[in-house]
Amino acid sequence: MTAEHHGQHGHHELGWWRKYVFSTDHKVIGVQYAVTALFFLFFGFCLMMIMRWQLAYPGRPLPLIGGLFGEANMPGGIMLPEFYNSLGAMHGTIMVFLGVVPMVVGGFGNYVMPLQIGAPDMSFPKLNMVSYWVYFVGGVVMLTSFFVPGGAANSGWTSYAPLSVIATMGQTMWLLGMVFLITSSLLGSVNFIVTIIQLRAKGLTMFRLPFFVWAQFVTAFLLLLAFPPLEAAAVLQLMDRVAGTSFFIPAGLVVSGQVLPTDNLPQTGGGNPLLWQHLFWFLAHPEVYVLILPGMGIVTEVIANNTRKPVWGYRTMVYALVFLGFMSFIVWAHHMFITGMGTTLSAFFATTTMIISIPSVVILTALLITLHRASIRFTTPMLFALAFLPMFAVGGLTGLPLGLPAADIPLHDTYYVIAHFHYVVAPGTIFAIFAGIYYWFPKVTGRTFDPFLGKIHFWLSLVFINIVFAPMFWVGMAGVSRRLYDQTVYAHGLAVQPAVELSSWAAWLLGLAQIPFIINFFMSIRKGRTVSDNPWEGTTLEWVAPSPPPHGNFASVPVVYRGPYEYSVPGSAREFFPQNVVAEA
Amino acid sequence: MKFAAVATVVLAGWCVWASPALGQQADAPSTVGVTITGDYGYGFPPDASEHGHEMDRLIVIVHWFMGVLFVGWGVFFAYCLVRFRRRPGHQAGYDMIKAKPSKYAELGVAVFEGVLLISFSMPAWTKAKSPPDPATAVNIRVVAEQFAWNFHYPGKDGKFGKTDPKHIDTAINAVGVDRSGEGKDDVISGELHVPVGEAVICQISSKDVIHSFGVPVLRVKQDAMPGMRIPVWFKAVKTGTYEVACAQLCGNNHYKMKALIVIEPRDQYDAWLEKKGAPPKEFEEE
Repeated sequence: MTAEHHGQHGHHELGWWRKYVFSTDHKVIGVQYAVTALFFLFFGFCLMMIMRWQLAYPGRPLPLIGGLFGEANMPGGIMLPEFYNSLGAMHGTIMVFLGVVPMVVGGFGNYVMPLQIGAPDMSFPKLNMVSYWVYFVGGVVMLTSFFVPGGAANSGWTSYAPLSVIATMGQTMWLLGMVFLITSSLLGSVNFIVTIIQLRAKGLTMFRLPFFVWAQFVTAFLLLLAFPPLEAAAVLQLMDRVAGTSFFIPAGLVVSGQVLPTDNLPQTGGGNPLLWQHLFWFLAHPEVYVLILPGMGIVTEVIANNTRKPVWGYRTMVYALVFLGFMSFIVWAHHMFITGMGTTLSAFFATTTMIISIPSVVILTALLITLHRASIRFTTPMLFALAFLPMFAVGGLTGLPLGLPAADIPLHDTYYVIAHFHYVVAPGTIFAIFAGIYYWFPKVTGRTFDPFLGKIHFWLSLVFINIVFAPMFWVGMAGVSRRLYDQTVYAHGLAVQPAVELSSWAAWLLGLAQIPFIINFFMSIRKGRTVSDNPWEGTTLEWVAPSPPPHGNFASVPVVYRGPYEYSVPGSAREFFPQNVVAEA
Repeated sequence: MKFAAVATVVLAGWCVWASPALGQQADAPSTVGVTITGDYGYGFPPDASEHGHEMDRLIVIVHWFMGVLFVGWGVFFAYCLVRFRRRPGHQAGYDMIKAKPSKYAELGVAVFEGVLLISFSMPAWTKAKSPPDPATAVNIRVVAEQFAWNFHYPGKDGKFGKTDPKHIDTAINAVGVDRSGEGKDDVISGELHVPVGEAVICQISSKDVIHSFGVPVLRVKQDAMPGMRIPVWFKAVKTGTYEVACAQLCGNNHYKMKALIVIEPRDQYDAWLEKKGAPPKEFEEE
């Protein structure tokens, strides 16, 4: 607390607030991010479980909890279309911007990356703290928006103008929240890039970095370069809503029988709604890779550790990763094939989209080949990591028909799209998140989780998540649009309604299947068996630090002598070589 | 592990069993007294267009390709999980195997994707994007608004009247056509009627927010962008009454923003247009 104290012990004894709340320690910040993001993931999941009642049983009152949402949202327990639209928009926003990204980048990235590069902390610890708290404020703004007149934003997570410009007040909150969230990501990305470049331990060359660090590195560049356009776009849309500008509103509109401009929208004309879409997707396609690359990183760590052999084609994977990151900036308009795009432009974006599938295939293939001649331990994190492979394959492959413009026409904006990207993000990235939680849990807490509960959690989740999303491919093929409050008003929607019911039941059971995880998580933090520093017998530097790592991380500064995955080296007595161990004489 | 497997199977079974039992079938589509033509189910919707089979064929080919890749990967994956599981006396191999097959597979994927794009997708797309000469086609303006579709026909003179928001009358003139000039014989309808076997060019636009003109049975989808007028064309080959759906979230009642599309023989189409073009009965009586 005092200067003398500092002099005596070489580090601060910080008060509770500075140690656990406004901490600058990357590990505390990582845990803060992870816990907040897990809360938001659960919250976003709950929104969807409520929506799924309306989808399965349109117009019927929600049993048991229907009365809790107020007459303004669900009179008599029956959901109103505007509340449905709010839930849909907020489910997407929360899952992407408040759940997955803060979890994989803020949580895992902050906690694991400095440990894996042998650094005592991030390059800019205070900036790190600021980025968490800016994210936190963004989250609070988003949550508060449910309580403003008209409810939360209801123009979809994509917030297409002009609908979003004429929408209720929740949209203003959404835009404000997004400005905070994007600012947070920007601050974080700068910190990640500098830390990875500057603070690597001695001997840790770029091609000795664990793949997870590479994934974070590329992701940080995506965040740095893709988020500013959306931040600008969000500010422009905010100005359209509150300051009388007209960036996205063309002339001559007639809204609800009133010719614009009106008192609410005093200045309109001269804007272009397509401009918003370009700015949005210029962010949001790299964003897709922000969602998946760290997940691939986690899965690679877990697979290398549990196959007990080096990752196959490490360098190829790194090149593929960098190429993916680069290409992700020139595919965005494949989200816009049916906005009136001509032949030349669509041919360009279709070509880049086909090209970007190749590095994804390369990474997936490399991970599959890694399994060959392995010695596979089926630990809980490994089960999630293994399941990631076929699930990501389904998600990735079903992107192909959507990337071919002619095939996209019937499939665009249908449930096929929903199924496609959820396979990438839900049983893809979220399974990777679970793999990461189970894998690094002993490092963070110094205790083990219960493997039996972990395996129940895995098998139930795997089965139900597939029953949730697989039927959506057929629903989408049948031509049913996404974002429909009640699809049974259409003949083609009514015909496939049983599949929607099935998805709903599976979603609710998937919710129940998370109970073993929640119990396991809290029980093991308090009562789990204490473990050694390296319970998985891993080779990367985080396993060299004590569990949990103290302030400053390492007892002595690690020096690196080899690549990240030196398992089962022939002719050696040791089964694995941590990166910092000097070669045996 | 065994418990987990059994519990999974039991719960999954219950899920499948319980889902139809616990919910009653939803009400039939709300368009009263209209029967929608065709059988709808889990495959593609019926195809009433000339070009739709090309898109369907492309989607089927892509799915076969995806299926082959997935099964190939899956077999290798399952083989590895069993063959290389951890067990006493088994040790992982350190050396990198030469994986020529994977290189060929990746190259094959790239080549096949190129073929799909160039030989299947591009021709179909180019055709969809190349409307015929308007002089030889039926021309219709499609004007979307929250939450209705308006179909504007040029009438007997074949010329669209000028439109202006100031002429809008929600009851009889939703698109705001000027009735004093070429617009006096224009027909405005909430139902889309098109003659079978003829090229139809629809000019898609919107009065307020972004909508999307989606006709599943015609394999047509085109966003209606406010401030733009975008052509889309098709040739319907099967008569019947089908549905037009809004495919882009456009507000609270987006889900029921639908219209009927009636594909009918030329004589019936002409008769419908004649009837619609006649002055409303109330005016005659005055």
